[in-house]
Amino acid sequence: MKLSKRKADIVVIGGGVIGTAIARELAHFKLDIILLEKEADLACGTSKANSGIIHAGYNASSDTIKGRMNVKANSQFDKICADLNVPFNRIGSVVVGFSENDLKKLKEIKANGEKQKIEGLEILGKNELRQKEENINPEAKYGLFAPTAGIISPYELAIAYGDNAVLNGAEVMLNTKVTDLIVENNSLKAVKTNKGVIETELVINAAGVFADKIAKMGRDEMKIKPRKGEYHLFDKEYGSLVDHVLFPIPTDRSKGILVTPTVHGNLLVGPNSQEIDNKNDLSTTREGMEEIMAGAKKLIPDLPQDGVITSFSGLRAVDESGDFIIGFSDSTEGLIHTAGIQSPGLSSTPAIADKVVELVKEYAKGNKDFELEYKKEFREKNPEYPHYNDYKDKKDKWEYYIKKDNDYAKVICRCETVTKGEIVDAIQRPVPAQTVDAIKRRTRAGSGRCQGGFCGPRVVEILAEELDISALEVTKRGGDSNILAARAKELILEKKAGERDGK
Amino acid sequence: MESKYQLAVIGGGPAGMAAALKAREKGIEEIIVLERDEYLGGILPQCIHNGFGLEYFNKELTGPEYAERFIGDLKESEIEVQDETMVIEINDKKEITALSKDKGIMKIKAEAVFLAMGCRERTRENIKIPGDRLAGVLTAGTAQRYTNIEGFVPGKEVVILGSGDIGLIMARRMKLEGAEVKAVLELLPYSNGLIRNQVQCLADYDIPLKLNHTITRIEGKDRVERVKVAEVDDNLDPIPETEEWIGCDTVLLSVGLIPENELTKGMGIDLNPVTGGAEVNEMRETKVPGVFAGGNVLHVHDLVDWVTEEAEIAASGIADYLKNERVKKENSLNLKAGDNLNYVLPNKIEYKDHNRNFVKLFMRVKKPMEEVEVHFINKGKTILKYNKDFALPGEMLTLNLPEKIIDENMKNIKISIKKQDKEDLYEK
Repeated sequence: MKLSKRKADIVVIGGGVIGTAIARELAHFKLDIILLEKEADLACGTSKANSGIIHAGYNASSDTIKGRMNVKANSQFDKICADLNVPFNRIGSVVVGFSENDLKKLKEIKANGEKQKIEGLEILGKNELRQKEENINPEAKYGLFAPTAGIISPYELAIAYGDNAVLNGAEVMLNTKVTDLIVENNSLKAVKTNKGVIETELVINAAGVFADKIAKMGRDEMKIKPRKGEYHLFDKEYGSLVDHVLFPIPTDRSKGILVTPTVHGNLLVGPNSQEIDNKNDLSTTREGMEEIMAGAKKLIPDLPQDGVITSFSGLRAVDESGDFIIGFSDSTEGLIHTAGIQSPGLSSTPAIADKVVELVKEYAKGNKDFELEYKKEFREKNPEYPHYNDYKDKKDKWEYYIKKDNDYAKVICRCETVTKGEIVDAIQRPVPAQTVDAIKRRTRAGSGRCQGGFCGPRVVEILAEELDISALEVTKRGGDSNILAARAKELILEKKAGERDGK
Repeated sequence: MESKYQLAVIGGGPAGMAAALKAREKGIEEIIVLERDEYLGGILPQCIHNGFGLEYFNKELTGPEYAERFIGDLKESEIEVQDETMVIEINDKKEITALSKDKGIMKIKAEAVFLAMGCRERTRENIKIPGDRLAGVLTAGTAQRYTNIEGFVPGKEVVILGSGDIGLIMARRMKLEGAEVKAVLELLPYSNGLIRNQVQCLADYDIPLKLNHTITRIEGKDRVERVKVAEVDDNLDPIPETEEWIGCDTVLLSVGLIPENELTKGMGIDLNPVTGGAEVNEMRETKVPGVFAGGNVLHVHDLVDWVTEEAEIAASGIADYLKNERVKKENSLNLKAGDNLNYVLPNKIEYKDHNRNFVKLFMRVKKPMEEVEVHFINKGKTILKYNKDFALPGEMLTLNLPEKIIDENMKNIKISIKKQDKEDLYEK
């Protein structure tokens, strides 16, 4: 493959929710921005496998960056999600207590929240708690209610940020892995990738659990440890078992195993917390599955054992300080880190992006060659990529789309009612879906109770058709994850030819 | 605009097709069949192996051939068929909403509804096999569709979990395609597949069947590279010392089928936890008057022939319902599963004898047993007894309950399977 050499003003490394949000906010300026993502789609790391909670912000202390960022970002989500068409629902959260000791702890958390001016925090007694959550453990006595907490689809947020960045002129390069940073005289010059070299003024490191690897390429010391969390997702049938995000009393290390509805109406439970070494380890374990089920049952005892439709793991990117690292590199000019973005990282996203914009402005002040100028026209809003499920109760409006294209009347995924029109849209979005998983994240095809058993073959067919490739080339998520191995009869003919030649 | 029909059939698989044809034969004129796929026949077109039709047609057919007989008749009958039409919702007034490729959003009001949505396969996620989430893990039915309809083989080195019929059929199919089938694993001490499939699909091709085994972990980078396999103890828990890795690029799962009853539940019809389907009377009518169900949506069948027969029973009931020709019994007679029986269908007999000599019962056995007696018990007494050489969970037990032994006052009959007691004769 011929490697290209090209130029950019800013390269953002990492296509998770932080990287895409940064690219989108920087796209307000007249800059050449390239976002690099090593996987076949955006949001393939921590952004796709987390609790999907926008926290109220009462947990962390205001002495920490993460505490301040969370509080600052919380109120921004309504506008961002409306602009970008991302499902977001401010349903409120309840931390559940069982004893007088727990009550003391809840009061402490409330005080910490109020110190940060978080509105509406309220201690609930047994009856109020039961009024809010009828299925809660009968032994639960107290609750801390936070009305400003919400639920969101984290990967859809990242993808929508990515789409918006592209609509505003940024470029997203998928399947592009950073292999080195070229530094001369303590100043960053270029980014080396598997697809060539990109000369650039600035690099933003938003590489998630791999942020320390990128930092090292930029001559910085950093240690990001992955901490795994496993989840169970339940059938939509059980989505209404709870109405709020329910937490146990938090420990120093984590907010504990929560039970929450998702924006799409499923029920999500998890995560546990497990230190691991391998940053590519997204496997689930028997012990982990049992642990989260047991943990969740402490809050909702009647959780159905056989209601699980999928289980998954995600990695928290933990810096030893326990806080976010957001700032310029100590050793290399032109390098900005956003690292250690563990919980409440998702909840802090817009604030982190704003902070990076400030840092870039600061950099521009000190560099005459690097000019920052706002674009005259910035598209705040993403176009609508309609989903039938959002029109369930206004079907006449869905007719409008069917009249435009009857692919919108052709149901491909029966569990989630996803039409061919929605799948084709996903493939044609600014950051296009090119894999089966990418289609799933944009449309939900295959994320229902049959887990793609029925729609899998149809989705493969549509991908092959739209991308003009053979079905054999269609992958689950890039790399060697091809869905199919050979054409029918191919293997047996090869085998027979081999036997003939052998004789 | 809402169109009106006497009968709306939800699903154009074997159950739906047979019901539509039978209802027409019984004089029902306004029928519509709503099919979500591009073709009729349900799962039959992908079942290219033979073994279909022995009971119903007295002839051995392939799946597509079996389907073709009904598709042809359906065409001739000029019954309205809407394909690529997905029913989204049915309410208890029998108002149906569907998304149709040709007609957009369809609204249909039916006097009677026949539910024939079939079933779906249990997934890796349902049975919670831990490990990496990779390409190369799929249900046997999906693999069958890829191979037989789409023309692609999903893998080269295969391990199959579950020895139900689809698992067995796909073991042979993959072998015939040139793939290596390393093993078929079965959690239970016996296979749930038909005996003929155990012989013709595994034994004839030297594919090892490992009973009391399961997969405890799946690993790989992008695609499956290996599975950890373990023997299980009497509680079906894996025995750690027995764990070993098997290299493969594909895992096919044949770990059970679940009736697709989302629409049924939407109508407020509760499901029976054992069958996964609605509870029905002898006409296969659910608790909502005029709503009938049959085929795999009601309970999972092993032979399509029984599906056809069940759908025809339902269609006769639908015709009687639509013509208002039914006479309710004073007491409904409940049929209950007793010893070594998982379930019996229908759940109850509600209407008076209407030109019928017997009610055919469909039953599923719990554990394999040889030389059995099937007892029909009323008030503690056996009122009818059948002898059978064997009773197997993998083969549906069908027996007739003759009309003449049903007493008008009878409220319950329990059916139990017992070992034939050879001594019995001498003791009495």
